Amino acid sequence: MSTISPTAPAPDRTPAAPRTEDSIVKTILGRWETLIVGLIVVVFIIGAGISSEFLTGDSLTTGSSDFTEYAILALPLTLIIATGEIDLSVASVLALSSALMGYLWNQGLPMEAILPICILAGALCGLINGWLVTGLGLPSLAVTIGTMALFRGLAYVILGDESVTDFPTNYTDWAFGNFAGTVIPNTIVLFLVLAAIFAVVLHRTPFGRAIFAIGANKEAARFSGLRVNRIQLRLFILSGAIAALAGILLTLRNSTAAGNVGDGFELTAIAAVVLGGVSIFGGTGTIGGVILALILLGAIQKALNLDPDINTAWVNIVTGILLVGSVLGPNIAARVREARRISTRGTRPPRPGRSAAPQSGPGGEGNTNA
Amino acid sequence: MSTPVTTPAAPGPGGSAPSGPTVEPEEAERVSAGRRVVDRLIRARELGLIVVLIAIVAITGAIEPNFLDADSLKQTVLNVAIIAVMTAGMTLVIVTRNIDLSVGSILGLSAFLCGDFLTKNPSVPWIVGVLIAILIGAACGLLNGVLVTWGRVPALVVTLGTMYALRGVAFLVTGGRQINAEDLPDSFLKVGSGDLLGVPTLIVLAVVVIVLFWFITRDYAWGRQLYAIGSSGRSGGQAAKLAGLKSDRRVTQAFVISGALAGLGGAMYAARYGTVDATGGQGYELRVIGAAVVGGVAIAGGSGTVFGAALGAVVLGTIQTALIVLKIDDFWQQAIVGLLIIVAISLDRLITNQSEALLRQRSARRRTAA
Repeated sequence: MSTISPTAPAPDRTPAAPRTEDSIVKTILGRWETLIVGLIVVVFIIGAGISSEFLTGDSLTTGSSDFTEYAILALPLTLIIATGEIDLSVASVLALSSALMGYLWNQGLPMEAILPICILAGALCGLINGWLVTGLGLPSLAVTIGTMALFRGLAYVILGDESVTDFPTNYTDWAFGNFAGTVIPNTIVLFLVLAAIFAVVLHRTPFGRAIFAIGANKEAARFSGLRVNRIQLRLFILSGAIAALAGILLTLRNSTAAGNVGDGFELTAIAAVVLGGVSIFGGTGTIGGVILALILLGAIQKALNLDPDINTAWVNIVTGILLVGSVLGPNIAARVREARRISTRGTRPPRPGRSAAPQSGPGGEGNTNA
Repeated sequence: MSTPVTTPAAPGPGGSAPSGPTVEPEEAERVSAGRRVVDRLIRARELGLIVVLIAIVAITGAIEPNFLDADSLKQTVLNVAIIAVMTAGMTLVIVTRNIDLSVGSILGLSAFLCGDFLTKNPSVPWIVGVLIAILIGAACGLLNGVLVTWGRVPALVVTLGTMYALRGVAFLVTGGRQINAEDLPDSFLKVGSGDLLGVPTLIVLAVVVIVLFWFITRDYAWGRQLYAIGSSGRSGGQAAKLAGLKSDRRVTQAFVISGALAGLGGAMYAARYGTVDATGGQGYELRVIGAAVVGGVAIAGGSGTVFGAALGAVVLGTIQTALIVLKIDDFWQQAIVGLLIIVAISLDRLITNQSEALLRQRSARRRTAA
């Protein structure tokens, strides 16, 4: 968990200062990550009940491999959401990258040239998003709703409704293969390497501290000398480039390039980030929490897919509910605690350490509206 | 609000006025000058859209005279009717500084359930089916609204979640079935293709809805309160709350109306196309939000008119038909919608920046003169 105290809601995701032995235990139990781990255990138990295939190496391979793109998209999205912005266009950049890859391959370019071009194209998409947000000062929600349609549309323009499937086997074999004889897919190893880099950058570098500072209070961050616009621009470029990488991986894994791939991927990626404890208002969150949330969502998806009797529509329903629930749950908990505090306040003097009531001021529910 | 809001001071009478309760004469003059500029801008936006519309029609008509047939124009307007009705609801939501991404899924669900009901009960008058569609939409909107206001979950998260969850529900409900035109009662299909006093019924319906909500948001306290809530959005609607507005109730009502109009859109969709499956209305949320934004409704809340948004819908719909008539690849459509959103919000921002600079200059000049 970040050590920056959040100004945004979702108060019970940050442990209160421990005062006694009892409250340390409470702190660990009350941590958001602990809750996610608990849910993962529950899903694994239910999953094992649904199908004997669930807890096997084979299932781990296919399940995690199918989740690669969501996982990779979630990494830069974590950083962007931590600054209090949003990027809805990631799945469209992914599709654009896939379509571009297919188009260039049809044009006879070698893969060694195509891959960097795709990543650059993704970075360019990110630059467009970032410039509109930082240069023109437009809300990132409006911008990325627009570019979500624009980039997806360009993907269709580039490749139409055809699909390209004859990619070289040495690339597709790598994307489909496992790492050094283990059950872990190569693509997941790539994700883990990226996740480690992102975790170090976010939690151990000044750049990462700056991200949380911007998310906690943009104006304060600017006045304390951070180059807010430059940092946000870089994050959007990074998001575009990484989304393009995810597009390449998806294309190679399915050995199919098309304009309609990755439809709705932004939901799962955003759900993972929010479920992982990153405040949608910015300022708090951890890469570790997001990875746990990815495991949870991936396990749910795999478990639901393994049972032939369960309609695959449930995946959408459960993901949607988890997305809303992960913000709603803490808010309700905060409300219950608030109500209890108010009802006990009359009989007991307020505790000395809590002179300032964090939630009762008019600013407490600051960002009710998006 | 169910939580007590501690009011620090008695709110001034003009809680939503930008300059607060104590308005100096000079200050008041500045405000009215600002209002005049803003008024002019709004009118300029609507005039601009009409000019753009005429240009598109003229150019397309010059290249392909078929476009100007009464029949072709009728088809164009018919295609716009559903989007325009949903855009009216979306405008109410966006004006309060929220967003509703779930309208496409609400349309799909209500279109299918409406069609399903009328197929199974052919003897019941079709209006019952339409009412069912509206009720289903309103219920979905109520869910969104309650989660946003009572649950304090940002509208983006809520409606992204319900967008997928409701689509999942639609898939569950249909179970792969599809409703065909021959299953639906003729009286219902006639609503989709028939005329009322020489004007297509769907267009009459759309015009009634747009005019109704235009007047409500222009001339009635209820509607103006939505603008007050949206423009005090930076403080989470606090200014509106302190001024005594039932902000949460208004926001919920806006979501209910948006949902109900999406439900009505579903009934119109079923009547017009006759074939309905679980994918009905997919991607409509982008077209609806795009229409509102192109029509001058600011994503940041507090400004824009239902009339402007409807014009935005007409412009987008006309472009769509013009592309088909000009035999430009179908795949360009989505890209153009995205591009128009970006251009519209960028233009808005540039104009705002300029008019702000103008106002600042003017008031500085006045101050030096005094």
